[in-house]
Amino acid sequence: MNAVELATVQQQSPARHYEKVDAILAENGNQPQRLIPILQAVQEEYRYLPEDVLTFVATGLAIPPARVFGVATFYSHFALSPKGKYCIRLCDGTACHVKRSIPILEAIYKRLGVSAKSNTTDDMLFTVETVACLGACGLAPVVVINEEVHGQMTPEAAVRLIDEIEQQEKVNA
Amino acid sequence: MSKVQATTLTIDGRNVAIEGEKNLLELVRKIGIDLPTFCYHSDLSVYGACRLCLVDVEGRGVLGACSTPPEPGLVIRTNTQELREIRKIAIELLLANHDRECTSCVRSGSCQLQDIARRLGITNIRYRSIHQPKPVDTSSPSLIRDPNKCVLCGDCVRFCDEIQSVGAIDFAYRGHDAAVLPAFGQDLGAGECVNCGQCASVCPTGALAPAPEIEAVWQAIHDPNTVVVAQIAPAVRVAIGEQFGGEYGLNTTGQVVAAMKRMGFDIVYDTSFSADLTVVEEANEFIARKTNGERLPLFTSCCPGWVKFAEQYFPQLLGNLSSCRSPQQMLGSMVKHTLPAQLGRERKDIVMVAIMPCTAKKFEARRPEFRTGGVPDVDYVLTTQELARMIEESGLSLNKLNPASFDMPMGFKTGAGVIFGNSGGVTEAVLRYAAGKLTGQNPVDPEFEDIRGEESLRLIRTEVGGVELKLAIVHGLGKAREVMERILAGTLLVDLVEVMACPGGCIGGAGQPVGRDIAQRRKDRTAALYNADRLLDLHCSQENHFVTECYQKYLGEPGSRESHRLLHTHYHHRRRTGAEDIALTKAKESSDGPLIVRVCAGTGCFLRNSQAIIQGLMKHVEANDLDDRVQVQASFCFERCGEGPNVAVGETIISQATLEKVVQAIHAELAQAPDGTVRADAC
Repeated sequence: MNAVELATVQQQSPARHYEKVDAILAENGNQPQRLIPILQAVQEEYRYLPEDVLTFVATGLAIPPARVFGVATFYSHFALSPKGKYCIRLCDGTACHVKRSIPILEAIYKRLGVSAKSNTTDDMLFTVETVACLGACGLAPVVVINEEVHGQMTPEAAVRLIDEIEQQEKVNA
Repeated sequence: MSKVQATTLTIDGRNVAIEGEKNLLELVRKIGIDLPTFCYHSDLSVYGACRLCLVDVEGRGVLGACSTPPEPGLVIRTNTQELREIRKIAIELLLANHDRECTSCVRSGSCQLQDIARRLGITNIRYRSIHQPKPVDTSSPSLIRDPNKCVLCGDCVRFCDEIQSVGAIDFAYRGHDAAVLPAFGQDLGAGECVNCGQCASVCPTGALAPAPEIEAVWQAIHDPNTVVVAQIAPAVRVAIGEQFGGEYGLNTTGQVVAAMKRMGFDIVYDTSFSADLTVVEEANEFIARKTNGERLPLFTSCCPGWVKFAEQYFPQLLGNLSSCRSPQQMLGSMVKHTLPAQLGRERKDIVMVAIMPCTAKKFEARRPEFRTGGVPDVDYVLTTQELARMIEESGLSLNKLNPASFDMPMGFKTGAGVIFGNSGGVTEAVLRYAAGKLTGQNPVDPEFEDIRGEESLRLIRTEVGGVELKLAIVHGLGKAREVMERILAGTLLVDLVEVMACPGGCIGGAGQPVGRDIAQRRKDRTAALYNADRLLDLHCSQENHFVTECYQKYLGEPGSRESHRLLHTHYHHRRRTGAEDIALTKAKESSDGPLIVRVCAGTGCFLRNSQAIIQGLMKHVEANDLDDRVQVQASFCFERCGEGPNVAVGETIISQATLEKVVQAIHAELAQAPDGTVRADAC
């Protein structure tokens, strides 16, 4: 299943959402003070926080949906729209910044036709985010694609990584 | 006490006794130093966000006075150069990010930001404005939310959550993007907001304010083809004077009527008249239910904030709500029913304008239940604040007008109709009527002192005509939720529950003048209404001969068919969110379309474990290969929460459903399908 199909199925058939969310709520004892771990688990499962699932979580915890929305929007880790299959996280912490992370970001944005406001490609393949520090300052500037860390990046190398992934996806398709 | 008095601390070189104050701010204010604050309200939790009440505590540095408990021996300074600068910077930063079009702001003149900036001597804002205009939310009939004016003090958020237990708005996003928003950034008019407007009451600026209808009312007044009929709620007359510099609790009934006549209202009636009518209807309803022992306790339903709250959260108790319309809607209904014939005008030419202390009344007037032939019974609702503005626009000065009297017959009232504006007033008025009806003699001393008071929950046992009654009087919806839960759990047995959403009842409504000393204002308005009752000749609704005439001419008996048509209504369960049904299993296309099975996943059914049914059904459908014939959906509410879990199989709703019952129903339904041969493997 490709990312677009996955997102579509997630939107059309949240059956598995509710089943899963139920289990997550139960694991956390339906306790409102466990809201953050619950949202983390929900996002782990669905890769983002769909609105209907958040309403469901609020109902299950007997707290107002507005509060769940508040927490979900406060932390940049939480996403309210579906992320792409490949999440590219560029570090813009102090070390990476002085090692010129911004030109890398600009190159990635240009290559994928995305921006800070609209950071996922239309084909749902890539999402681009910046993070404040990945704790890998020795490798600065750092790009992480899903779980894979790429150190001492340059704009050209970052674009090459994207080219490779696209190539791979075409072969798989 | 002697021990408490012995403990002191020092504020600006003066010895000050600690007498049970919760924090340094209370102590500082006690000795007459008015430290500025946005986010401190004694009724709400301490938030400590505005950084204005900072004090210098020797040995500890600069601390928020609101969030520091008093300790003996502390040495505190409130007015150092450093503190003044910090406060100024805090205000300058807020102003740099604020829509400073003060002259056209609804709160111009009553804005705390304006006031504090002036008090702190801010003449220059050193920071470049970074204000980016954001859209104003006008979706609610009751309130306007203007994020451009928000200072993020969180008073509205905490009032809605802590006092009202609704939580319709909360902080969202972070840092520069932080905002106070309804869930998912939806419109305020779309979600859980019950329109009580207390958020606007505590808002220090114009970020939340009553939705204005002034222009539409002026248009109706200036239209020569309409007859503009006004009604004035009791709580308005003891508060509007505050807008004109009058002392708190000043009763300006006559001046308000005079001003409205001068402004061009054709007829001015008193909502207290229809409050008397409400008493007669509701007391009879109560006596009937008490006699038959059915649907008790009876809940009052005059407060539209409370009614929407009950519709959202306690649908299983909606049958206990009095079916009586509120006084506003009764008067609207009677006016539009009787005036056209009397005046020889068409119904559409009569424009009914209600002057209310309340923002939720704007919502109530728009409810579809209160329209006749597509035309609302009450066309416009103005808050006390709006009426004051119209009087100002007219160039009239309220204090200098000679008083005028209401128009008859619907301007005539007894004291029972006047005390409706106070928490406990409805109950007292009903008891006065019941006492008269049950003993055949109106009470000599009509005042039920033990019902009155400021506590948000008052439980009272009393005896009327030999019948023992247990009463609960509540104000604030959080308290109401507590009472409802106790009633549902069977731990609170009462006959009558009066609920008002706002502190102190209607006199504390969000349409009333806002500003400092709100607790004192409420106290004085309450006292003024009780005094207004004492000054009237009649105190029991059954003594209102124009009400009697109404029954003779139009209604027949209390509770008659005609009364029900004109004066009663019924309420429906209301979904909290606008969520649509969501397909859970995906039925393949077949010629007849699949059998739709909808399982409720709303609050009530969720708590009764509808999830287990959903999961069981999906497994059943999969295991039995029914996915081309059955589509399982999650639905949000069937409005039968008392009988949950609810499942709809095709058109049939199964209440108190179990997986077994639903599976049986599905197979029965499939067996009946036009081409339906029951498949052996289906079971």
